[in-house]
Amino acid sequence: MGEHLNPEFLKVNPAGKVPALRDGDFLLAKSCKYQTEAHRYPPELQAHTRVDECLAWQHTATQQPATNIHLCECLLPHFSQQPMDATQVEQLLGKLTPALGHLDQELLAARPFLASGQVSLEDLMAFTELMQPSPVGCNLFRDWPQLAAWWARVEAALGPELVQKAHRHVLQSQDPQEAQWDPQMAQKLAQLVKEQLR
Amino acid sequence: MGGEGVAGLGYQELRTSLCWVTGGTRPLPFLSWVLPAVPAPAMGLELYLDLLSQPCRAVYIFAKKNSIPFELRTVDLLKGQNHSDDFVQVNPLRKVPALKDGDFTLAESVAILLYLARKYEAPDHWYPQDLQARARVDEYLSWQHTALRTSCTRTMWQKMMFPIFLGQRVPPETLANTLAELDRCLQLLEDKFLKDQDFLAGPHMSVADLVAITELMHPVSAGCDIFKSRPKLAAWRQRVEAAVGEDLFREAHAVLMKAKDLPPADTAMKERLKPLAQLFLYA
Repeated sequence: MGEHLNPEFLKVNPAGKVPALRDGDFLLAKSCKYQTEAHRYPPELQAHTRVDECLAWQHTATQQPATNIHLCECLLPHFSQQPMDATQVEQLLGKLTPALGHLDQELLAARPFLASGQVSLEDLMAFTELMQPSPVGCNLFRDWPQLAAWWARVEAALGPELVQKAHRHVLQSQDPQEAQWDPQMAQKLAQLVKEQLR
Repeated sequence: MGGEGVAGLGYQELRTSLCWVTGGTRPLPFLSWVLPAVPAPAMGLELYLDLLSQPCRAVYIFAKKNSIPFELRTVDLLKGQNHSDDFVQVNPLRKVPALKDGDFTLAESVAILLYLARKYEAPDHWYPQDLQARARVDEYLSWQHTALRTSCTRTMWQKMMFPIFLGQRVPPETLANTLAELDRCLQLLEDKFLKDQDFLAGPHMSVADLVAITELMHPVSAGCDIFKSRPKLAAWRQRVEAAVGEDLFREAHAVLMKAKDLPPADTAMKERLKPLAQLFLYA
């Protein structure tokens, strides 16, 4: 909480964002393709390109709206100690709907995973992004049966334990009363979140 | 289309003309020995572009610079041609750029650039084989989607397209916030990516530079001289333009640089562009 703004972290990623990677002297931010197994990023040109297409699309189609939902429903109330703005959350959910429709009706109608017959980097990215609105009981897949089935397949492919471990901070409810806050940092973070949601 | 055959006629034309001579719909059987069975002419690579759009310019420059043969299919966004039935078959997301290569259709400029680089074996510097050099290019291509792209598009629309083309006032505070965000992105571009290098991902030009320069021309077209107070970025721009070639660079940006002279949109056009315009005004 706020550690991404520390000077030490800013040396790794001046943009002040996660994820970031350090491999010896090599520092990298945001790229998801550093090294991976072939089926996650297949070598054949068209199969490979389909993954690229999905990875490019998801930045603005799913990642940004899903992140904004999480910021508005979880982090902003947490930092500002104000109740969640339900109207704003509804509006933000509306911005995610076209992407959910595209995933469900176009991509998953044709195949079991987003880019091919096997789980790929795109499935991993989409899965973690769409986990973000979960904590406040958002049933994102209520109207999208193909997406719900895909979700179960990806969780099985990754392993439920790993999924739980990776998402424990997102899934556990955080009581603001229990948080040990530096009030100045909380105020700064609340302001940053409001600017992102503007 | 169909390739060169006899006396400058394509094979398909030659077969057709022979059919006319014989009065039938198929050439005389023995001619099959002379003329090989010719498959139906394959449609070559088609690129669906509107050069008003930043990512379209990057794809256009890359294809031209690397002498990749393609048919240009212009999709006029302001006229709503991205919603035509024909285009939706190519890209159901209704966005440009889009690519059609035989039966293979593709959206997303980054995916298109990488596909072209791989398929046509563009020189290594565009998208290097070396793991870390490539990761640098990927890093920029990932970051720019929700950073520089957003602020450059908003700046161009809020400073120029709204007042001149749509006749719509933009609140001064909104424009001020957009310009502040653009400034922040430009600072990151210099500090995080360019640093003391000649190009964004290292010593050599890559697709990252092409994607970036075409973005930065958007606010420039609206009269925002973003390079004036940024000598490092200005020097990088000169290097990129020189590497692309000034003629090609000018050609790719001709439509954009004339955008300020567009006649005002009529009522129907304003109505059709309303959802897009809302996106460029608010988050």
